[in-house]
Amino acid sequence: MEKLILPYNHIQTAHCENGVATGLLRHHGLEFMTEPLMFGLGSGIFYIHIPYLMVNGGPAVSYRSMPGWIFSRASKLLGIKVNRKKFSSEKEAYEYLNKQIKLGNPVGCQVGVFNLPYFPSEYRFHFNAHNLVVYGKENGNYLVSDPVMETVTSLSEDDMLKVRFAKGPLAPKGHVYYPENVKPVSKEHLQKVIYKSIRRSAFDMLSIPGPIVGVDGIRYTARQVRKWREKLGPRKAGLYLGQIVRMQEEIGTGGGGFRFLYAAFLEQASEITGNTKLLKISDEFTKAGDLWRASAVNMGRIYKGRLNDQKDFNESANMLDEIAEIERAAFKELRKIKGI
Amino acid sequence: MKKEELPQDHSALSGVTREVCYVKDANGKYVSDLSTGWEVKKQALDNAWDDIKERVEEASLKVRNGEVSPVFYFMELKLMDLSVLSGYTGFWKWTIKRHFKPSVFKTLSDSKLKIYAKVFDISIEELKNFNGKTNSSL
Repeated sequence: MEKLILPYNHIQTAHCENGVATGLLRHHGLEFMTEPLMFGLGSGIFYIHIPYLMVNGGPAVSYRSMPGWIFSRASKLLGIKVNRKKFSSEKEAYEYLNKQIKLGNPVGCQVGVFNLPYFPSEYRFHFNAHNLVVYGKENGNYLVSDPVMETVTSLSEDDMLKVRFAKGPLAPKGHVYYPENVKPVSKEHLQKVIYKSIRRSAFDMLSIPGPIVGVDGIRYTARQVRKWREKLGPRKAGLYLGQIVRMQEEIGTGGGGFRFLYAAFLEQASEITGNTKLLKISDEFTKAGDLWRASAVNMGRIYKGRLNDQKDFNESANMLDEIAEIERAAFKELRKIKGI
Repeated sequence: MKKEELPQDHSALSGVTREVCYVKDANGKYVSDLSTGWEVKKQALDNAWDDIKERVEEASLKVRNGEVSPVFYFMELKLMDLSVLSGYTGFWKWTIKRHFKPSVFKTLSDSKLKIYAKVFDISIEELKNFNGKTNSSL
């Protein structure tokens, strides 16, 4: 296979999974798909703080649902099947990817970023749930559309195998996926599933039992933040706050960012359904996103060492409490909305 | 966030890519725009790297003092933890923990050392002879 370039349009998005899912569905004819719509339909908005678990030596918080769920949930609503394959053998995984390209099928790949050569080294941690699209092969290199990059890039065969078989938590095991059975979506159906996905998100954020998930999870983090300085000492507590900000604002994760994304989804949802209430609630998520960012600025002052008193930690925690209540109220409003 | 408020600070992404953010335009409608970086985030990432460097430094000191084996040092150097290293080597976590002990490390067979060396991307000699006195660069 010397040269094979499939007609795939690269799109850049805020989040890699949204990007791959949106790009692949557009490729299969769903031209109306946008990143916010994908994120909303996939009920991507979430919050969880897993106690006792450490990620890179800091607290484990996530602002989104499990990797892979956004595409799966959105596809299910749209009547699409996502064909997924994982491999125990590197050889099989290698051959399968080549076969898909030969068949003219651009596919999504789950990869680890530690060995991703085109990423800035500062970002190369052992994070294994990154996603990209392979859309061809040229001179023995894979042609890659990575949704967080501004332009397309490429990977050698060796590098591709390395990143597809990264090890550790969420190991990709050569994971390749693509949508099947993509049929045109009627406006009525789209309206219906928009409401359904909104109810799903409201359930996720309000009704999952336990103190660590959804808006209660945000309050849980706030309680922890109040304790950290005393428990861990100022330096470590500052590092923990840094970790929260990185999970929140770094490329492809995004707490504040995800709230803006959800606000953009509600704006589009309001256009598609003609329901102006959604537009009003969209403003609440913009407010939440702005506050997430303000809270990051506040935490930043602490880990930069400008402030480091208990009262500064309390202030950060109070902001999180405020965010939790704004999101709680917004999701309660969303829960009340009657769909079709 | 309004479009004109989108930060355009210098960051590790500079020269590689810019990131997509969703912001409100002058008409209050959401549009996507590109940002070169945000100082608040950059600081968090810088701090994380400072912490990593410190941990590597500490690990090297512990090897020098004979408290841990080079396996521990190279695990830290490659930003790994037990679960990642266990994934790459195929050894159980408790086995790796044993290999952290200098006394156990000395008895490791070449085939086991080879597995570690391959994962750490170094030669067996480099692994065996690391004494904590010279630091490999991060």
